[in-house]
Amino acid sequence: MLPGAIMHVAGSYHAAGGNREGLIVVVGLGSCGIAAGGQKVRSALIEAIERRALPIQLRETGCVGMCYREVLVDVFDPQGKRFTYGNVTPERVERLATDHFESGRPVREWLVRSSEESLADDSFFAKQKRIVLRNCGIIDPESLAEYRARDGYQALEKALRRMQPEEVIQAVRDSGLRGRGGAGFPTGLKWQFARGAKGEKKYLICNGDEGDPGAFMDRSVLEGDPHTVIEGMLIAAYGIGADEGYLYVRAEYPLAVRRLRKAIADATMAGFLGEHIMGSMLTARGSEFSFQLHVKEGAGAFVCGEETALMASIEGQRGMPRLRPPFPATSGLWGKPTNINNVETYANIPWILLHGPQAFADLGTEKSKGSKVFALAGKIARGGLVEVPMGITIGEVIYEIGGGIKDGRAFKAVQMGGPSGGCIPASLADTMIDYESVTQTGAIMGSGGMVVLDETACMVEIARFFLDFTQKESCGKCTFCRIGTKRMLEILTRITQGQGQEGDIELLYDLADKVKTSSLCGLGQTAPNPVLTTLRYFREEYEAHIREKRCPAHYCRKLLVYRIDSDLCTGCTACARACPTQAISGVVKQPHLIDQARCIQCGSCVAKCRFDAVKTQ
Amino acid sequence: MSQSRKKPKKSIATREETEVGLLGAILTKYAGAAGAVIPILQESQEALGCLRPQTIETLALGMGVPASQIYGVVTFYSQFRLMPIGKHLCKVCHGTACHVSGATEVGEAILDQLRVDEGGTTADGRFTVQSVACLGCCSLAPVMMIDEETHGRLTPDRARKLLREV
Repeated sequence: MLPGAIMHVAGSYHAAGGNREGLIVVVGLGSCGIAAGGQKVRSALIEAIERRALPIQLRETGCVGMCYREVLVDVFDPQGKRFTYGNVTPERVERLATDHFESGRPVREWLVRSSEESLADDSFFAKQKRIVLRNCGIIDPESLAEYRARDGYQALEKALRRMQPEEVIQAVRDSGLRGRGGAGFPTGLKWQFARGAKGEKKYLICNGDEGDPGAFMDRSVLEGDPHTVIEGMLIAAYGIGADEGYLYVRAEYPLAVRRLRKAIADATMAGFLGEHIMGSMLTARGSEFSFQLHVKEGAGAFVCGEETALMASIEGQRGMPRLRPPFPATSGLWGKPTNINNVETYANIPWILLHGPQAFADLGTEKSKGSKVFALAGKIARGGLVEVPMGITIGEVIYEIGGGIKDGRAFKAVQMGGPSGGCIPASLADTMIDYESVTQTGAIMGSGGMVVLDETACMVEIARFFLDFTQKESCGKCTFCRIGTKRMLEILTRITQGQGQEGDIELLYDLADKVKTSSLCGLGQTAPNPVLTTLRYFREEYEAHIREKRCPAHYCRKLLVYRIDSDLCTGCTACARACPTQAISGVVKQPHLIDQARCIQCGSCVAKCRFDAVKTQ
Repeated sequence: MSQSRKKPKKSIATREETEVGLLGAILTKYAGAAGAVIPILQESQEALGCLRPQTIETLALGMGVPASQIYGVVTFYSQFRLMPIGKHLCKVCHGTACHVSGATEVGEAILDQLRVDEGGTTADGRFTVQSVACLGCCSLAPVMMIDEETHGRLTPDRARKLLREV
C-alpha cells in the first residue's frame, strides 16, 4: 500500500489513515464546496493547525454528493475512525480544532456522518450504489497515488495483459452498459462498430459538454476522480484500436479542466498514457499500445453536446450538427472512424472490468443495467449528487435519499432530462428509473438532471423556461427548430402574461409535432418535450391561464392581484417606498393599501414586506 | 532630448504592435495543429480582453483563412465577445434549479443595484452583468459568479451585499 494514501475498502465507510501519527483532515473542494466557502474553511484550518503545531495532515477531495451540507470536512483518526462535519464555516473551525483535533472529543452536534454511530444523514447513502462515484469525495483528485491505492489503473493493466480487444468489447456488451449521455445506446455495440470500421487511424472522444441546465454529474466526476475517466477511455481505445483521443469539456468548468490536465500529465509521467503504455510490455494482442489524449475546452454552445456538432467544434468550426448516417463510427472526426461516449459511460468501464460484467448486469432491470448518477436539485431537502441502481423508483430517490420536499411543501413534479426531457407528475412517483419506463412518461432518462418542483411551480412557466433555453441554443440550421421554437416560446410567453387565446394549446401541439419531425438533431427533436409533458399532465393549468387569466400556482406575476392584509400590516412603509409606481398609499403605523389601477405586478412589495402582509390572489 | 531619456524607445511600442506580438506568439504555439481556431481565439481573448475587428483580421491573416470564417466561429460560441467588458464579470445563473429557487428576483436585484441592463456594463466600467444557462452548482441555487468566484444560496439582499463588497 502506498504511504500516505488513504486506504479504503471499496463500498465501505470505514477508512484508515495511512499516517498513524496523527489525524488526517480532508476538506471537500469540488465546485460546490468552493462556492459554499471551502477555501475560506481550508485557510482557517491551516491557521488553526499551524498555531497549535498539531501533527495533522490536511488534504483535499472532490464532491461526495452531500452538496446540501457543504462545506464538508472529514476527520480520520489513527484508529481508522471517520467523522464527517457538515455546514462547516471558518467560525466553526476554532472549536473543531480545540475539541476534536487537540483533545480528541468530536463535536457531536455538528457531525453529519460517523463510522462510530448512525446519524440521520446515513439514509442519504443507504439506497445508493456507487460505481461511477466510488472515489468521489474520498480521494484527492489531484493525487495519482491515491487513485492507484483504490485499484486505479488495474483494470487497464488487466485489459492490456490478459484480454484481447475483442474480449474487452465483449465484456462491455455482457455488462449491458448503455450510453449515459441520455440516449441509452448499448456501449459495447457502439465500440464494436468502431472496431469493425475500416481505417488505420481511429479516434476516441469523451463528451464532457454537460450543457443541460440543472445537471452537474460530469462536472463532479471530472473534478472528483479524473483518472477514472482517463482509464475508461484508455480501455475503450484499446478495445476499438484508437491511438488518439479528445476530452471535450465545457468552458464553464475551469476546475475540471485544470484537474484533468494535471491527471493527464501525471498519468503520462507514470507511463499510463502516451507511447508504449505501461512500459514496453507486450499487450495480449501482441503489439504495443499507445494513446495520446488532448483536452478541448468548449466555447459555450449547448448544441455541441450533440456528437456531430461536438466533432465539428473540435475541428475548429461552428458547432452545427450534420445528417447521420454516416455515423461517427464509420466517419467521424476528420472523416475517420470515431467512438464517442460521455463522461459517466467511460467512468463505469474500469469497475466493470475489475468486478466482471456479471456484477454490473446483476444490478438494475432487464434492459437497463448497472447504476445511474443523478444531480438532485430544486425544491428538495437534500440536494446533491447521488448514484442509484437502475430500477429504483423516482419516489425512493426523492423521499428516501433526497429527504422529501424542502420546507414541508407538497411534491408536484420532477423535471428529468433537462430541455430534452419532461416533467413527471407526483402521481407517477412509482415509475421505475430505467430507460424505457422514463421514456414512457414522455420525459427521458437524459444525462441525469433531476429538478424537483413543489406546489409553487407554475408548469406553463416551466415549459416557457425550457423553450426560452432551446430557442436561444438552436444552431439555426433547421427551419422548424429555429423558427418553430421561437413561435412556441412566443405563445407560452403570451399565456404566462395573461394574453393566452383559445386555440393556443392546439397550436402548440401542431408546432411541437412539426419541430420534432423536421429537425436534424436531438436538440430540435426533443425541444417540444417540456411543453408536451406539461400539457399531458397539467393541461388544466394551461386552461386556467388562458380562459380564467389565473395562475393556479400563484407564480405568473401578470396574473396576480396584490393585496395588503390589514390585520398583518404594521404600517412600516417599506412596501410604499419600494413601489416603483407609487401604487401603495398609507400613513405610518396604519395598514397600507394598493391602488390596483397603478399596480404593475412587479412583486417589489412582496419582497420588501417583513410581515408577510402582502398577499397574492 | 530630456523626454527621450525618460522614455527609452523600446518601451513605447504601440498597442497595435504589442497586440501583433502577442497574437504572433499564440499563432506560433498552434502552428500546424489541426482544428486550433477555437483555442487560438480563447487565448487571444484571454490576453486582450475581447476580440476586436483588428484582432480578427490579424488572426485571419496569420491562419491563412478569410476573416469571415473567423467571425463565423466567434459569433457562434457564447464565450467570445467583440466588445470589451467591465473590470469584473458577474454571471448570474438562470439554470433550472436556480430558476425555481428565485434567480429571477436575484437577477433583477443585481441589475437594479448596478443600474445596468442585462448583458451591459456599468457606466464606471466596473461591472458587466451576464445571464448564463447553468454554472453546475445547482444544489446551492440560486448562484452567481463574480469573476472566478462562485457564490451560492443567494437572496436579492445577499447578492446586493456581495456586489457592494467587491
